[in-house]
Amino acid sequence: MNHFLGFLRKWSLFFGAVVLWELATRLAEDPFFPPPTTILDKIAELWFSAPATRLFLTDDVYQDILPSLGRVFGGWSIAVVLGVGLGTALGRSRTGMDYVGPLFAFMRAIPPPTLIPVFLVLLSIGTSMKLTTIVFGSIWPILLNTVDGVRSVNATQRDTARSFRTPQHYWIAMVVLPAALPKIFAGLRLSLSIALILMVVSEMVGATDGIGYELIFAQQRFDFPAMWSWIVLLGVLGYGLNALLLVVERRMLSWQPSTGATTAKTTGA
Amino acid sequence: MSTMLQVTGLSHRYGTGEHAHVAVNDLTFTVETGELSCIVGPSGCGKSTLLRCISGLITPTGGEVSLHGDRVTGVPEDLAVVFQDYSRSLFPWLTVRQNVEFPLRWKKSRAERRERSEEALEWVSLPGVGGKYPWQLSGGMQQRVSIARALARRPALLLMDEPFASVDAQTRFELEDLLRSVQLQHGSTILLVTHDIDESVYLGDRVLVLSKSPARIVADLPVDLPAERHQITTRESANFVSLRAEVARLLQGGTPAEPAAGVVSEKPS
Repeated sequence: MNHFLGFLRKWSLFFGAVVLWELATRLAEDPFFPPPTTILDKIAELWFSAPATRLFLTDDVYQDILPSLGRVFGGWSIAVVLGVGLGTALGRSRTGMDYVGPLFAFMRAIPPPTLIPVFLVLLSIGTSMKLTTIVFGSIWPILLNTVDGVRSVNATQRDTARSFRTPQHYWIAMVVLPAALPKIFAGLRLSLSIALILMVVSEMVGATDGIGYELIFAQQRFDFPAMWSWIVLLGVLGYGLNALLLVVERRMLSWQPSTGATTAKTTGA
Repeated sequence: MSTMLQVTGLSHRYGTGEHAHVAVNDLTFTVETGELSCIVGPSGCGKSTLLRCISGLITPTGGEVSLHGDRVTGVPEDLAVVFQDYSRSLFPWLTVRQNVEFPLRWKKSRAERRERSEEALEWVSLPGVGGKYPWQLSGGMQQRVSIARALARRPALLLMDEPFASVDAQTRFELEDLLRSVQLQHGSTILLVTHDIDESVYLGDRVLVLSKSPARIVADLPVDLPAERHQITTRESANFVSLRAEVARLLQGGTPAEPAAGVVSEKPS
């Protein structure tokens, strides 16, 4: 019962807004704003109208949604590996950040979509252009948070590990990275939403498939229910990916006395 | 009895030139195998520096330390340190068992680690908490975990830096008795640093009294109390009372007053 009440409290405003939107759009009959039910019909037709042998999933799912997801995960994974790796090295170095700090501050201040024209010229339309854009935009929160996290290892922990003659790789794997993990996760969540944005934007300018491409294409042929369908999909994806990462975070940070507090702190972006 | 630890002419100076600060000056003493020695000194006299020099965490600027005859350069293999700040010394992301097994991680098989950690936790009367995280335990229990972690390593010499200074008085008494009984049972060699006069006399087989900064040894007093000690009866015994008065006088004035009756001040044979 309490679960049900909690669910209601969490979602009642959302569903209320959808109902209001439905009423308003039906009254207005504006072709740019189709009612949510029309959008839902379109969603069913666009993605779930295939025969059962294909799990009801249409070609759009395989030819647009999956490639887009591949780009998000691919680009984001590269950013995670590079960001955590570089961040750990820089966080452990005493002077490393002094050298690269200003450079990083400058580069992360450049809004990532503005680099798409540059990458387009350098790498032309293709997967590498999109991956580069995603990596370049989403690496900064991971990198800088890792540096911060790695530096949060305190002097007593350092002395303790040293007094046990802890070998280097155990020191990094069992002390430095776990100590940095709460900060790293804050960076990961921020960067995942940036990766999603950059996936769409890069597909809007240079692509022949993908969610961003279909979104623009639907708009250009005045198929507004389809356009809205892709927008709804992006919302659902963003929500789902974030929820997924939260589950992983809760699992990996279950040692923290109050995981709830840290999640609240890292929300935003 | 063989000599476990030999400290000869140990000095340590922080900084150089005008701003140099001499923390420890020309200390010479030995610790015999199986002995629990206490070093007592006023706050800020360089006790911690001394301990860090012995444990190899810092290299002394003068003199030499040797552990069972081998000169200490860097952290020795068979030494363990228990720090005052257990909440920072224990790794919060590891369970109690993982914390205790940490120093064995790169030396022992999984089965051996498990066996040793169970054993060490039993020694400190903490069976059955292996699966908990440190923050789920009280402060006293956490310090026991860090003692267990040090013992699991089976160190030739156990160094303790004000180990009971951060727990309440009641817990402190418990931990003192626990340490005495563990030491008696296993014949461990322990060097404990404290600023608490009562504690040094109650715990030690021997008390080394340090002067104000820069630390030098003012007296080396054998503690003529029975091996089995009791928080109430030992503390009210004439020997205890006069010994603690003597240590207090030494700490205040730096020179021993007329020897108190009944207290033997010669070294034991």
